[in-house]
Amino acid sequence: MSKEQNAERVAPPPEKPKVFPGRRKFLSGMAGAAGSGCLMALGAGLYSRQARALPALALRPPGALPEAEFLAACTRCGICVQDCPPRILKLASPGDPVPTGTPYFTARTDPCIMCEDVPCIKNCPTGALSPKLTDITEARMGLAVLVDQENCIAYLGLRCELCYNACPLIGKAITLEKRHNPRSDRHAMLLPIVHSEHCTGCGLCEKVCLLEEAAIRVLPPALAQGKGGKHYRKGWEEKEKHGGSLIGDQLELPVRGLENKAYGDTRVNDDAPSQQTPADLLPPPEITPDANSENKP
Amino acid sequence: MSARIQDRPGQDAIAQKGWRAAHKWLLLRRTSQIGILALFMISALLAVPHSENSAQSDGNTSVQSSGSSATPLLDVSPLQLMQEGGGVSTSENNPAASPKNKPKPTTGFWIIKGNLSSSLFLDAIPLTDPYLLLQMLAAGFKPAATAILGALIVAIFYLLIGGRVFCSWVCPVNMITDAASWARRRFGIKANHPLPANTRYWFMGGTFVAAALTGTLALEWVNPVSLAHRGLLFGMGAGLWFLVGVFLYDLFVAQRGWCGHLCPMGAFYSLLGKTALIRVAAPLRDDCNDCMDCFAVCPEPQVIRPALKKVGQDSPVIFDSRCTTCGRCIDVCGKKVFRLTHRFNPRSSS
Repeated sequence: MSKEQNAERVAPPPEKPKVFPGRRKFLSGMAGAAGSGCLMALGAGLYSRQARALPALALRPPGALPEAEFLAACTRCGICVQDCPPRILKLASPGDPVPTGTPYFTARTDPCIMCEDVPCIKNCPTGALSPKLTDITEARMGLAVLVDQENCIAYLGLRCELCYNACPLIGKAITLEKRHNPRSDRHAMLLPIVHSEHCTGCGLCEKVCLLEEAAIRVLPPALAQGKGGKHYRKGWEEKEKHGGSLIGDQLELPVRGLENKAYGDTRVNDDAPSQQTPADLLPPPEITPDANSENKP
Repeated sequence: MSARIQDRPGQDAIAQKGWRAAHKWLLLRRTSQIGILALFMISALLAVPHSENSAQSDGNTSVQSSGSSATPLLDVSPLQLMQEGGGVSTSENNPAASPKNKPKPTTGFWIIKGNLSSSLFLDAIPLTDPYLLLQMLAAGFKPAATAILGALIVAIFYLLIGGRVFCSWVCPVNMITDAASWARRRFGIKANHPLPANTRYWFMGGTFVAAALTGTLALEWVNPVSLAHRGLLFGMGAGLWFLVGVFLYDLFVAQRGWCGHLCPMGAFYSLLGKTALIRVAAPLRDDCNDCMDCFAVCPEPQVIRPALKKVGQDSPVIFDSRCTTCGRCIDVCGKKVFRLTHRFNPRSSS
């Protein structure tokens, strides 16, 4: 390179004094480097875009930031994996359906046991597992969903309640709801109901489900829940917030013969109006399992 | 100078200095590379005996050998947990009543946790790859102070001793590409279609753009360096094929193709090492007999000429930050031309 430059300095071509072969070589080399370097980066970028979806049954450790942010924040160092006492966490390797190098667990095989001191978060260097989570019951790793009512033992009218009993937040995240069993017509069904305001997504319910394929599964929050339109308002909430109807009280015109009824109740039988209110037709509220109540004929 | 000697550079040095002296830096380097890897592995094993239940040791070794195998690691079933503790670790529970719910692996002593991307030394000193941290910033995430501190510690270390010291003394991929270079020389594979040597800097710049556009650490999906180290500690999976790819590329397609032309981490660390204090120099360059052995073994041969042949500089110090300070030139030189010294050492025999 410098020899060439020396040669240039000694005898520059008189007709084109400003063109140096060294520069041409430099520029074309640079273009090649730029092209191939950018291509490589583009390849990596495209591959990462394509391979970044989190499959439905892979759950992030407690305190993980929302997935999009997590993929920018996680260094893939595996400190959380090494700090996990029961060692349920894994780092995804290429070929796994989980973004390469990131930590995850599978509820069906290795659920989170919800350590009180949340050791997996403590040493996370970047905050990809947010240190704001100090109470493990506030974790939202996923949400349990009873995905299959056709095969769930409880819906078949049999006593099971494994998921209910395994739940670390027993009686809060999963409650049992008593329903009439229409098949036998004289028994009750005790149906597991998940409550999203308490469920941490630890996965113990999915782990213990006795079916060959679990009827209750923990899904990542984004998959498990619907979302109303941003512009949706619930009339009754707005009414309460406002302290009264927003459009003024509606005019109630008396209906001859139905003077004692609630507004809109047009049933004619006025002998026993108070026993037929719609509230009575709903099933009873949640119960805790009480052996005595089950033995009633 | 003949092709036969170029196949096995260093014969002269072995004859002059003995085998051990002619491999001193190579052996030190391998000790460092394997030692650092072993430190990570051993500390994971050492941390186990302190934990109380046996399932954890099983868990640990399974993580060591193959992270992809799904091993059931709970030694108590959730049902047992329920019976013993009445549910796991709700804050109302008496913690003494459910000891199994609070296993404490942290009582085990960890020498070093994590991997090369980010680690925790002696449960106290955070270390983070500064290049990864910059990609994180490019992706639009503000990392916690621990990561920033860790990146500063690592950056200052390599700023002082030489950025690409990482490449030749720490990086596990170096052993793969060194093996490819060795095989190339040994079996006389001549095919060589290298990309321009500056490609790595563009690639490195491109990774920041990719991180910014995708909002993720895009390079981490394909980076052989982190794939290798993470794979050895947490399970390799299909990452093995990336490494095989690097080996075959270096062996059959381009000489020193990955480390010398493409690796964006090497590019980053070479920029970091622009002002590094520790450098290889050629103080006895007058004794050079032009055997070319140093050029044959050097992973970045272009860096030798200015210092050895006084091309464009008078100092015998190799200033080029692409030099990995591997010391292999010191090893293979029968005339003891090279030595490891500091940047401000201008002494030379000429």
